[in-house]
Amino acid sequence: MARLKSMLLDESKYKITVPVIAILLSFLIATLVMILTGINPVGAFKALVRTMTGINMDQLFTDKMFNARYLGEFLTTALPITMTGIAVAFAFRTGLFNIGAEGQLMVGAMAASIVSILLELPMIIHLPLVVLSAAAAGAAWGFVPGFLKAKFNVHEVVVTIMMNYTALHLSNYVLKSLPGSDQVKTVKSLPSGTFQSDFLKALTNNSRFHWGFIVVILSLILFWFIIEKTSFGFELRSVGFNPHASRYAGMKVTRNMVLSMMISGAFAGIGGAMLSIGTFNYGRVLVGFENYGFDGIAVALLGGNTAVGVFLSGLLFGGLKSAQPLMQANKIPMEIAKIISSLIVLFVAMKYGFEMLLRYYAKKQLKEEEQ
Amino acid sequence: MSKNAIKLLLVLLLAMALVVGCASQPAAEEPAAEEPAAEEPAAEEPAAEEPAAEEPAKQIRVGLITDTGGIDDKSFNQGTWEGVLAFAEEYDIEDDNVKYIQSESDADYIPNLSTFSDDELDLIVAPGFLFFDALTEVAALYPDQKYLLIDSVVEADNVASAVFAEHEGSFLVGIAAALKAQEAGEDTVAFLGGMDFDLIQRFEAGFEQGVWAVDPDMTVLVDYAGSFSDSQKGQTIASKFFDDGAYIVYHAAGGTGNGAIKEAKDRVQNGEDVWVIGVDKDQYEDGIYEGDKSVILTSMMKRVDVASYTVAEQVYNGEFNGGVLTFELSNNGVNIPDVNPNLKDEWVETIMEFKDKALAGEIEISMVPSRLE
Repeated sequence: MARLKSMLLDESKYKITVPVIAILLSFLIATLVMILTGINPVGAFKALVRTMTGINMDQLFTDKMFNARYLGEFLTTALPITMTGIAVAFAFRTGLFNIGAEGQLMVGAMAASIVSILLELPMIIHLPLVVLSAAAAGAAWGFVPGFLKAKFNVHEVVVTIMMNYTALHLSNYVLKSLPGSDQVKTVKSLPSGTFQSDFLKALTNNSRFHWGFIVVILSLILFWFIIEKTSFGFELRSVGFNPHASRYAGMKVTRNMVLSMMISGAFAGIGGAMLSIGTFNYGRVLVGFENYGFDGIAVALLGGNTAVGVFLSGLLFGGLKSAQPLMQANKIPMEIAKIISSLIVLFVAMKYGFEMLLRYYAKKQLKEEEQ
Repeated sequence: MSKNAIKLLLVLLLAMALVVGCASQPAAEEPAAEEPAAEEPAAEEPAAEEPAAEEPAKQIRVGLITDTGGIDDKSFNQGTWEGVLAFAEEYDIEDDNVKYIQSESDADYIPNLSTFSDDELDLIVAPGFLFFDALTEVAALYPDQKYLLIDSVVEADNVASAVFAEHEGSFLVGIAAALKAQEAGEDTVAFLGGMDFDLIQRFEAGFEQGVWAVDPDMTVLVDYAGSFSDSQKGQTIASKFFDDGAYIVYHAAGGTGNGAIKEAKDRVQNGEDVWVIGVDKDQYEDGIYEGDKSVILTSMMKRVDVASYTVAEQVYNGEFNGGVLTFELSNNGVNIPDVNPNLKDEWVETIMEFKDKALAGEIEISMVPSRLE
């Protein structure tokens, strides 16, 4: 008990304790909401467990107890939002707020579709080329706000929001004009240019799980490496902490801002590839935003803008997202999962409040010990 | 351990007790609601265990997956769901045996269909052509499951495909539109489509033929929103139609069309005289702006509820055969509502005359709009 308490009050661990408190509180409140509205909360948690582990708690010890398809679909859902999470987190570390991950993801998805449909190459060249083109498209979409911010001090939030709409309509227009496209989608990508895999499909009982997960893991490592282990990453963080001091210290602040937005955009662009050549194998004409970018903000926020944090919170939000259908099958409104995710964001945003509270208790305890 | 930490712990414990206590209570009070929710095959067991009690109705489990429009889209998903509910009512199916999942995005179609398939529901309903790809894939993976697809055809033994003669129904409302416009001395009506492809073009084709059957000189404006769930866009297009002199807008655009209805309501409340023709179900209620006055002139009813009811009944009676089921004028699969407060009786008579002619084969209704011929 004392150990738990000292861990809770340890200031160096706030990065972990605050998100954990936020998650627990959110589940607690969502449970209360369910009880107050006359819904049995057990069904919601069963749905969550079934989504994230594949284990059906209603059929324990029967042959239907475990279904790997749920696990596969859950991971498939988590992949793109982990990528947008990395994108947002990367920009955050440089002090930039990239609200445009949504648009960068769309142009990434578009570029991946184009290259995977139009080019005929052996897989070993084709697939990397598809991924790189998605990254390049996302980077280009990140360059504009980065450049405007660095050169003219135009706020990146405003620019990225507008770039989201541009991305939506541009990618719809381009995808519709590809040969063979109809009003809602393009033709199928060539197999050599997609992440899809019969092996992973068979492994996960026909889910849509795909090789993209390897790229996501590599991206997480790359994110960690750039930020923590390179002098370039150090400069980026330094610009994030204090651009004026960084300039005084001789760092190229404007160049770093542009590069940071481009790398952030590249990550989001690869997130788009997760969709267009992973979950699907065709380009989709979108009706509106699908909120992958905003999910990414939540993922980055909960993950404290670190690689490990983004990885874990990507899984959590992916789970909440893919649990919604099962909750509905258990007659629980889909809004419950949304309430949980929103509360998590809300509580994480209140982290200074929690930290103050924890500090207050730590101080009090210190006083008592002195007496 | 300090006093404060103990206090904190106590509060936490209390909160936990509250949650646990409340969670278990409703379970004890309402066993009926809680227990069947466990996904036991409720259909089989009660019948076997309690023959003495009054005989429980035979049960089947029906699940519906909506597209991104949601269950209350006032159109397609809702209509199909109402058919399922009507079936459940008629055959005493328990609440827990009919359920739906709303899809958040098109990425959800396959997992959602698979979820119900894994649970071995007796019939899984997918309303809308958007499910074509997803259902083709899932139906092949679960050959023992039965599916109903509306508005599109999947060639598989375990899929029943319901298709509608939309051009025939649209022909009828086209006549209504022309008669109403003639009375008001107007010469322009309009068609608002969801997405521009053959299925929705059938609505357009039937509508313009109906209009021109009454008055060949009338203008029919046409526009497509590119979406079935963007009511804002629907409102923008409807506004443009009305500004361009259209008197009546016929929408075949699902949720997008709700924007057109809203625009018409706004205009009528500002003293203008405009009308909307509803689609898929009787949308009179949706167009009410004051008392029981509605901007909905009439509706082209595509009886998706008849389709889901019919197929659920087939499954219930063990008569499910899959294949293509056509719902048209002759079997009331498409029609105008029985009650049309905004249509004069003589107009309804005229419409019925045309309908009889179409049924007798005297009028050929084309499925292709004139702009594409």
